[in-house]
Amino acid sequence: MAHLCIVDYGIGNIHSAMKALKRFTQDVILSEDPKEIRDAAALVLPGQGAFEAGMEGLRVRGLLNEVKTAAANGKPILGICLGAQLLLEKGHEFGEWEGLGLLPGEVVHFPALQKGAKTPHMGWNSIESALLVPSPYGRGWREAPGEGQTEVKAWKGTVLEGVTAGADMYFIHSYFLKPKDPSHVLAETTYGGLTFASAIGKGNIIGCQFHPEKSGEAGLRILQNFVALAR
Amino acid sequence: MHSVRVIPRLDIKGPNVVKGIHLEGLRVIGNPVTLARKYYEQGADELIAMDSVASLYQRSPDFDLMRSVANELFIPLTMGGGIQSLHDINNFLRAGADKVAINTYATRNPQLLSEAMHQFGAQCIVLSVEAKRSGQGRWEAYTDGGREHSGLDAIEWIKRALAMGVGEILLTSVDFDGTKKGYDRELLAAVTACADVPVIIHGGARDAASLTEAIQEGHADAVCLASILHYNEWTIGALKEQLMTQKIPIRHA
Repeated sequence: MAHLCIVDYGIGNIHSAMKALKRFTQDVILSEDPKEIRDAAALVLPGQGAFEAGMEGLRVRGLLNEVKTAAANGKPILGICLGAQLLLEKGHEFGEWEGLGLLPGEVVHFPALQKGAKTPHMGWNSIESALLVPSPYGRGWREAPGEGQTEVKAWKGTVLEGVTAGADMYFIHSYFLKPKDPSHVLAETTYGGLTFASAIGKGNIIGCQFHPEKSGEAGLRILQNFVALAR
Repeated sequence: MHSVRVIPRLDIKGPNVVKGIHLEGLRVIGNPVTLARKYYEQGADELIAMDSVASLYQRSPDFDLMRSVANELFIPLTMGGGIQSLHDINNFLRAGADKVAINTYATRNPQLLSEAMHQFGAQCIVLSVEAKRSGQGRWEAYTDGGREHSGLDAIEWIKRALAMGVGEILLTSVDFDGTKKGYDRELLAAVTACADVPVIIHGGARDAASLTEAIQEGHADAVCLASILHYNEWTIGALKEQLMTQKIPIRHA
């Protein structure tokens, strides 16, 4: 039984996710075989490309139920870029498509952005905490945006633990995550005047709009946390 | 904050990274894998690795070597050199590239660009343009590592590729390449004025001030550099420190 399985649904550069995960565990496989995916302790859904093509890639391989069952059984699942978008209920890329629905919410196109902000959003951008730090006196508070210096208390115990506020991650996307429940937003990023969810999660279900495997040491920290979580 | 990218470029010939002036008179700099690791550790935001003679000699790049370079990096990687077909692009992507840069063959067969974008997505396809001044405010697109005329006006060619939907432009000034006299800002301004996709300027990087000029006055989305890093005149970290003092948003690696 493999520890980690990267789900190969025919989309995107899988090589780099594999290479990055191998920094932290050798027990990682790439597979489109439902049985191997069922047997894995944790799943990574990589990918780039169109929403519909992603769902179709999972469907034709008979993997939709495998991923949903794994989620229901509490197995850690990390979606990256398109993989994160597929975790939500609906996508609006070239029509309206049903997603995996592991978290409530939708995937929508960037609206008109401030002048000079090009679409796709491509390159490095910072992530800030969107979670509240628990407080014994009331509702808790939100940590101030950082400049890559301060550790974020609210991220403790999540896959973002140890990542500093304002850490830069590598993005390439034209559509963004819009989860229904604000408590599912782990991190936010602002581009062209728009603030969107750049990392989402609830329990074992985690999604990053950016590419942690392409985001230098800060991104690798997230994958390291995920590998640890999956043990 | 969305940051400006600092991108080292490796021109690879045989087993070595090489560098010339005006893309000619190539000198051996060192081992591609060692240099890739060094620049990654210095805080490179992306890396460009080009087989600088594949197109000229019409031979395939060394994909095993490209794969070894990719294995050193956890940042985006653009590769190119001698791309003639979708099959070549696929080989680069399999070797670990996130994007591919196409120049020579696209000028002869622009259809390759649309086919490539359709197959792999526009964000994956970078148009590489080697521009050489041909008159006042005019540049010609050169090919085969700055050696051959294409007969195309560089700006018109870029506009055509933009209309086809190309994802990014890697703009090299043949006149400034390797000279360390600063980027060709006139060329850069002419391109950023019409480009709605990111523009990477390359050729002539001298110091942090030349980067600042290209970003603040030329509106470059990314700066590409080789000589001043290869000859250890600057580190990426030192350049970024200087950019920060000019309030340019950069990534803290």
